Amino acid sequence: MGQTMSQKILARAAGLPSVNVGDVVEPTVDLAMSHENAALVINQFLEVYTGTGIEPRVWDPSRIAIIFDHRVPAESSKTATNHKKVREFAGTQGITKFHDIRGDEGGICHQVLPEHGYVRPGAVVVGTDSHTTSHGALGAFAFGIGATEMASVWTLGHALNVEVPGTIKVVTRGRFTDQVTPKDLILYLVGLLTAEGANYRVIEFHGDAIETMSISGRLTLANMSVEAGATAGLVPPDAETERYLREEAGVTDPLDLVRPDGDAVYDRVIDVDVAALAPQIACPHTVDNVKPVDAVRGTTVHQIVIGSCTNGRLDDLEIAANRLRGKRVAKGVRMLVFPASWRIYRQAMRAGYLADLMDAGAVIMNPGCGCCLGVHQGALGDGETSLSTTNRNFKGRMGNPTSDVYLCSPAVAAASAVTGVITDPRQEG
Amino acid sequence: MAPVVYVVGDDVSTDAIYPGKFMATVLPTETPQYCFYDDRPFNTALVKKDVPAGGIILGGQNFGCGSSREQAASTIKGHDLIVVARGFARIFLQNAINLGLKMVICPTIEATAGDELDITPTHVRNVTTGREFPIVPLPAARQAIIDAGGLIAYTRSRLMARG
Repeated sequence: MGQTMSQKILARAAGLPSVNVGDVVEPTVDLAMSHENAALVINQFLEVYTGTGIEPRVWDPSRIAIIFDHRVPAESSKTATNHKKVREFAGTQGITKFHDIRGDEGGICHQVLPEHGYVRPGAVVVGTDSHTTSHGALGAFAFGIGATEMASVWTLGHALNVEVPGTIKVVTRGRFTDQVTPKDLILYLVGLLTAEGANYRVIEFHGDAIETMSISGRLTLANMSVEAGATAGLVPPDAETERYLREEAGVTDPLDLVRPDGDAVYDRVIDVDVAALAPQIACPHTVDNVKPVDAVRGTTVHQIVIGSCTNGRLDDLEIAANRLRGKRVAKGVRMLVFPASWRIYRQAMRAGYLADLMDAGAVIMNPGCGCCLGVHQGALGDGETSLSTTNRNFKGRMGNPTSDVYLCSPAVAAASAVTGVITDPRQEG
Repeated sequence: MAPVVYVVGDDVSTDAIYPGKFMATVLPTETPQYCFYDDRPFNTALVKKDVPAGGIILGGQNFGCGSSREQAASTIKGHDLIVVARGFARIFLQNAINLGLKMVICPTIEATAGDELDITPTHVRNVTTGREFPIVPLPAARQAIIDAGGLIAYTRSRLMARG
């Protein structure tokens, strides 16, 4: 019987010839990622060693990545002290994939990992962040875990009690446009599946629309798979995966492009014609409250956000710049743009996108993800509404429980910045 | 037997349980003060210790969806509350097991605030209404962690066994 991607990757990592859905395995971990919450992981890690007489050493410092991105630069002395503690730990333990607050190599963890070639097809990646699913875009089995579980990984080098998940296969056809993008596809799917529709399962993305999609778009899909509850969101690696890793991430060693078998067994198959999709909006206060843009067109917005681990990449900024070039952000609207990494910041600067956006009235922020979850810049006032390319809109998500957050693509965000109301990018010139 | 002290609906996110703005606070001794912070009356009652220890939070489907933040489990545990829900999101469930937060998966549970619930190994009995609802046992593979008293102790035993 054929095997899904998850089965193949987990079997390899568990040292087994094959695994069945529901089997419990302890896969070795190829990459273990944390951000600021490494401060909590360190506490738990040291606690494991308490009273053992064994010196606390992480199992493999070359397989641990720590990236500061939630509160950069520190907004409080408390955060700065957490940063300091993590920085010292990384130094003591010899953790080399440590990305500090730096303009040369910093950024959001889910962009820094791919662009530095840390993620490989067929790898097992865990992260103390639910959006670790992002790295399924490169064909890695990547999933979020808690801090104590990460302390266990740092100690033992493998994940505990991983149940081999069943898989939902999404088969796409048709072409995206500049107005309807991978973000619209994943919002549509989260609405269709609901917030728990993929709980304890994996989503595999297939079909024409995926094969012609850049890694950037695939990262958006895999990233938000968790919003349907999925353990992971996987894109079978192909020529584009290899191109990205070789040309953009500088990977030179051999790649193992693990793909599912043609006769793999799936729990469910969903067909989507992306050419028939309208721009999609996730309305307050759940990510699965998804409607076509028409349903909320004209809603007044106070803050537009383009950024996050979901949609802060170069092509996202290009879409926004192309739309705003020569135009102005509407009065009363503040537009914040967070490039996903400093590498992207520089690329966007050289391409002129940042100047276009600034000329239109947008504020270019430093790369980071704190705005999305209300912890660092871009807070909302009482009763205000934000239209954002981020990934969550739970009540209070952007720091104010009386505010509303609508989620959308960069095209919708940019079109709406000009008008000041939620706007269909297919209609706004 | 314990009273239902708080009733929430489906898809309660970790942002509701422990808002992101408090994520720089990590110590289990400090996280309880921010439990369900954006629900000001309930948080205030918790902080003033007006909510009885051992009380039950009644959740719907997909309790704890969203972020992987472990504070969402430690903040509830800090008040000695039990979560009975129709279902749990994956990372929250694992965090709860790892930290020893008591929770019960009860897909058909029906109760309202103030009801007294009796939790047995196989059922939740709503003593107030006289109705009984079956429990879905936690995954067997997790039992070793629970038996060890949490993931720290379990990992420590694995570390020691490895030598």
